[in-house]
Amino acid sequence: MNSPILEVRGLAKSFGALQASDGIDLDVREGETHAVIGPNGAGKTTLIAQLAGGIRPDEGTVRFAGEDITALPAAARARRGLARSFQITSIYPEFTALGNVMLAVQARAGRSFRFWKAASGDEALRAPALAMLGEVGLASRAEIQAASLAHGEQRALEIAMALATKPRLLLLDEPVAGMGAEETQRMVAFLSTLKGGKTMLLVEHDMDAVFSLADRVSVLVYGRIIATGTPREIRANPEVRRAYLGEEHAA
Amino acid sequence: MSPRSRAVALVLGVALLAALPPFAAFFNQPFYLDLVRRIMIFAVAAASLNLILGYGGMVSFGHAAYLGVGGYAVGVLAHYGIYDGFLQWGLAIGASALVALVIGAVSIRTSGVYFIMITLAFTQMLYYLGISIEEFGGDDGMRLPSRSRFPGLDLADANTFYYLVLAILVAVLLLIHRIVNSRFGMAIRAAKSNEARTRAVGISPYPYRLAAFVIAGAVCGLAGALLVNHTAYLTPEFMNWTRSGELMFMVILGGIGSVVGPVLGAFALLVLEDLLSGWTQHWQIILGPLLVVSVIFFRRGLAGLFLKKNE
Repeated sequence: MNSPILEVRGLAKSFGALQASDGIDLDVREGETHAVIGPNGAGKTTLIAQLAGGIRPDEGTVRFAGEDITALPAAARARRGLARSFQITSIYPEFTALGNVMLAVQARAGRSFRFWKAASGDEALRAPALAMLGEVGLASRAEIQAASLAHGEQRALEIAMALATKPRLLLLDEPVAGMGAEETQRMVAFLSTLKGGKTMLLVEHDMDAVFSLADRVSVLVYGRIIATGTPREIRANPEVRRAYLGEEHAA
Repeated sequence: MSPRSRAVALVLGVALLAALPPFAAFFNQPFYLDLVRRIMIFAVAAASLNLILGYGGMVSFGHAAYLGVGGYAVGVLAHYGIYDGFLQWGLAIGASALVALVIGAVSIRTSGVYFIMITLAFTQMLYYLGISIEEFGGDDGMRLPSRSRFPGLDLADANTFYYLVLAILVAVLLLIHRIVNSRFGMAIRAAKSNEARTRAVGISPYPYRLAAFVIAGAVCGLAGALLVNHTAYLTPEFMNWTRSGELMFMVILGGIGSVVGPVLGAFALLVLEDLLSGWTQHWQIILGPLLVVSVIFFRRGLAGLFLKKNE
């Protein structure tokens, strides 16, 4: 494994009396798939939001690819290669599936102050967007309005948009949330094809998904990381078992 | 409607408008020429509002400000004896763009009801500024000694002025059509559709929204220059908040987020207003409920009647 692409140090955030992040230290190494697990209310989504730039931490620093990005807004972080999916699917419902991904390609190209040429026929946007839809298995759905896609397809579309920005780190906030067993399987299979090629940090509830995908797992409880290690180490860690996993996972 | 039949409908519409002057002359009804010219001027203003309201999701309740700035630019220059149309209209567009830049820079940092109130507040400030300047007639306004002068174009001639307005309307619609379908247009539509997602792919909406706001202001400033030439009378009433409301209504009635919608809205609203006001002086009592009913039953506006679902 290589040097960390994401270094989080002493991250703290409170909402009134609630300490959602309480001195979080976290490293994500280049190329690894790193999962953050934790019980409900552990502060997982708050952590993702602070990494992606939606929430400003009270204390601590976030360094991405060697640069301190703690004070950068979300859009600037995205342009540096930090892409994300949201816990609740976030797409453009009235655009077509293709239009959604084309917008992401356009954002990556960084040239949006163009007022005259029609974007829909722009091959520089269309071709990469179509290719990306193909990768997530939505090629035949390209011209469908995103609002009409099935839930699992919308989640796949959202990940296609994130990938279309050619990120150096992909933040996935519960990528299989709300999915049926079959859809979950398909998503996990797709994410494992990205493994190694893409650096991923995922927050997830679904334990089977986490343990089959992650190279390393960090356990977040009450805003603190209580353990980090390989899935095997985490399974065996008595503190984690006590705090979170329960005996059926410990076997 | 298929793209082809839509193109046919557009050409037909323009041809109808172009055929009006000879008909009005033949039947000796110059009033209709006047009415349609006024409608087309408001259609330009409404189309500019549609760019930010319909496509950008910015509910500006102060768009009449730019009608006023454009009108004053022409009127004030005329007041000091400058009638050159290029100077007058150039100033109208430039000053409106500048005012939109200032108003937009502040208001676009807010959203929702705050955005509505701030745009309204700025326009009210300009309205009272207009009222307070006695040099330009204050509350009463002032008569324009002469229409704008262009070499080879005599705007005093009703037909010439009419065709110029029609040409400008068509050019503005074409411009907006290109803008909303360009990369820039996709960026502002995306920001309207899902702001968090747009930031997450790396587009910060602010500069795009501000640019759209400035373009809309500049185009509406041109409409203001046309309007003051049309009325030959400059008054702060150009900037009355009810005027902003009318523009919003034209956009909503015509069909939000459709390029020609505001034109239909302008025609419907102003023709209705004209018919009803000829019938009774309490015409607003009838117009109000009609508008409410139309919003309830035609959610996508008049343009929605011609468009397929999801178009």
